[in-house]
Amino acid sequence: MGYLARQLAGRTDPAPDAGWQEAPERKGFFTDTSICIGCKACEVACKEWNAIPLDGLTLSANSYDNTGGLGASTWRHVAFVEQSRERIAEARESGRRLVELGMPGMGAPPAAVGGAPAGGSPAGYGTPPAPADGHGPDLRDMLASSTASRAGTSIAAGTAGASGAASPGTTVDGTPMVGALPDFRWLMASDVCKHCTHAGCLDVCPTGALFRSEHGTVVVQADVCNGCGYCVGACPFGVIERRTDAAVSVREDGHVPDVGIAQKCTLCYDRLTDDQTPACAQTCPTTSIRFGTRQEMVDIARERVTELHEQGFTEARLYGANDDDGVGGTGSVFLLLDEPEVYGLPPDPVVPTAKLAEMFRKAGLAGVGLLGAAALAFVGRRP
Amino acid sequence: MTTSRFDSYRPPEEGGRRRRRSSVRGHATGAARDLARTGRSWLNRDGGGRREAPAVPDAEFSDYYGQPVIKPVPWKHEIPLYLFLGGVAAGSGLIATGAAATGRHVLRRNSRYTAMTAVVLSGAALVADLGRPERFLNMLRTVKLTSPMSVGTWILSGYAAFAGVATAAEVARAVDVPERGVLGTAQRTLALMDAPAAAGQALFAPPLAAYTAVLLSDTVTPVWFESRSQLPFVFVASAAMASGGVQMALSPVTEAGPARRFALIGAATDLVAMQRLEQHLHGLELVEPLETGKAGRTLRLARLLTVAGGLGTLLAGRSRLVSVASGVALAAASALTRFGVVEAGMESARDPRYTVGPQKRRLEQRRAQGAVHDSIVTVR
Repeated sequence: MGYLARQLAGRTDPAPDAGWQEAPERKGFFTDTSICIGCKACEVACKEWNAIPLDGLTLSANSYDNTGGLGASTWRHVAFVEQSRERIAEARESGRRLVELGMPGMGAPPAAVGGAPAGGSPAGYGTPPAPADGHGPDLRDMLASSTASRAGTSIAAGTAGASGAASPGTTVDGTPMVGALPDFRWLMASDVCKHCTHAGCLDVCPTGALFRSEHGTVVVQADVCNGCGYCVGACPFGVIERRTDAAVSVREDGHVPDVGIAQKCTLCYDRLTDDQTPACAQTCPTTSIRFGTRQEMVDIARERVTELHEQGFTEARLYGANDDDGVGGTGSVFLLLDEPEVYGLPPDPVVPTAKLAEMFRKAGLAGVGLLGAAALAFVGRRP
Repeated sequence: MTTSRFDSYRPPEEGGRRRRRSSVRGHATGAARDLARTGRSWLNRDGGGRREAPAVPDAEFSDYYGQPVIKPVPWKHEIPLYLFLGGVAAGSGLIATGAAATGRHVLRRNSRYTAMTAVVLSGAALVADLGRPERFLNMLRTVKLTSPMSVGTWILSGYAAFAGVATAAEVARAVDVPERGVLGTAQRTLALMDAPAAAGQALFAPPLAAYTAVLLSDTVTPVWFESRSQLPFVFVASAAMASGGVQMALSPVTEAGPARRFALIGAATDLVAMQRLEQHLHGLELVEPLETGKAGRTLRLARLLTVAGGLGTLLAGRSRLVSVASGVALAAASALTRFGVVEAGMESARDPRYTVGPQKRRLEQRRAQGAVHDSIVTVR
């Protein structure tokens, strides 16, 4: 693909495309939401390191999420989603469907369910240990009987895939599952700027305030931005935002920096320049947030999702690891346990500038039409 | 639905305000509530084997506590006002050049003054809407073809330069100055520059009228992005309608014939283009923001005024009174169209179902066709 053609869409390495010579390898995050505990340490570390002002102290009544969402003064946001058993079953089913569709990265779907399991050991929620030799009850039998009794009473609504009544089924690899779905689960996910390969915010910025760093990330220069707000509307993920005077200072002198200027995660550009890990990744106590080269992150993510699938968590899926998607892949890769929109992420984001040529063509046609209409209006008899 | 004695402490639900496609809201209770109400979801809606389950499930989807997925552009009423004024400026420039070429002096003078006023006001509206207005010149520190706003800034600047010279030539023509001396020289110089300036103004006018459609479409705002093929035609038609209307109101009927024809072509095209835009969005289940609420009311009024103004122009354009009334109606219709389209876009960005719905549907369509390589969600 030519240099110009890959500027707006398709898979590419963004830093060299932006003119960086001898750019270091592209950096990125991998946020594994399956091990996020919702401690919000990432939010706090981000706020502290980047000296971001307060954006209100309110209770949202949306589970434990009182942050709301990403914005000018929130560059990491932990989402909390509470789900019933039916929702878990739906998530698992939608994940299984993805596998059966033969999604990219794994080639053809595995052979039909029922073949000899690869790992062999039973999988599922609350996988019990095998009974000790010769004594003690088999926990798996106890679990099966409790599942059977529960299935008889609580699942009156009875969705076909949701009950898990007869048997917990098998994993996508054919490993028999043990244990029923839990009655409830809490999804927690730390969201952040995606640092897209084709970043809408960067493409539409009229001043050049947004730029592509040598690490392949997207950063705002606060002293250049004139606050036109165009980037806000061009982000397919709703990340970047213009800071308003509603922000509250946390400094002694009461100063709020950069009011009226578009703000977002910089992937700790200052720390990266000194070979440091971004604040959120460094503080994360469970390694839910990982930082490294983007290729490393994608590799780890693929390993992890495979691992989870083998354990029976078919709801696990990756978000942003595909370079052929509408934004050319994201620098921040996520492992999700349900459909993206459940977490407030767009299910099929497309960078608007991918269609820019088409838009300008139509506008050109309309402009020629206007010129023709004006000419037509002046044809005819003189006064 | 379950009830408990604690239910009375709950705040009343905001029911009935708007129809939601799905009440599943990422809640523990959401799915259960759905099932209790309908007993069906897309997973089990095959009706117990009586009929086949569709290959593409209904695009039922969740959202995150009803919060928007994308952010609306933080633009206030200055931007639709700018769209309107830019359209008036562009159309007036074309009328001015046409009038200059065909010797309609009053029409030329009036439309040049209109164009200059509109371009100054639109520039002021743009600056006023910036988060840091004192930095508006930063727009001119770079030329960026991927940014419609950068391209538009240069188009507006170029147009303003030509309009400025044309207006100066017009002023120079109107005032009496001694033939000798600096002022006389300036007058003669401006008279020489009149024709090139008029040509330049006419050349920059169509891009000025059309680029604003790209400006809106090159965002993720669902209504604007999805109407990228129709919006330029709506906007140039609106520009013709507005500028023709203004000259119908300002210039004598004997000279305003071209303005009337220009406005009529504009009004007719506007009605057709809006119709096509709505049809297109209807197919994407995105037409609701254009038909309901404030945007719906604004656009309905705009259509009414377009028809009324168009009919007035067509039937009695040579009556001064009807001409003024029709001209004002057409200009107002153009302004309302801009405000309506902008408001509809904002509304479509604020409600997650307009973001998630079309995306889910196109994803399902692609999957049904076997295209799975371009999804942002992958497994392994």
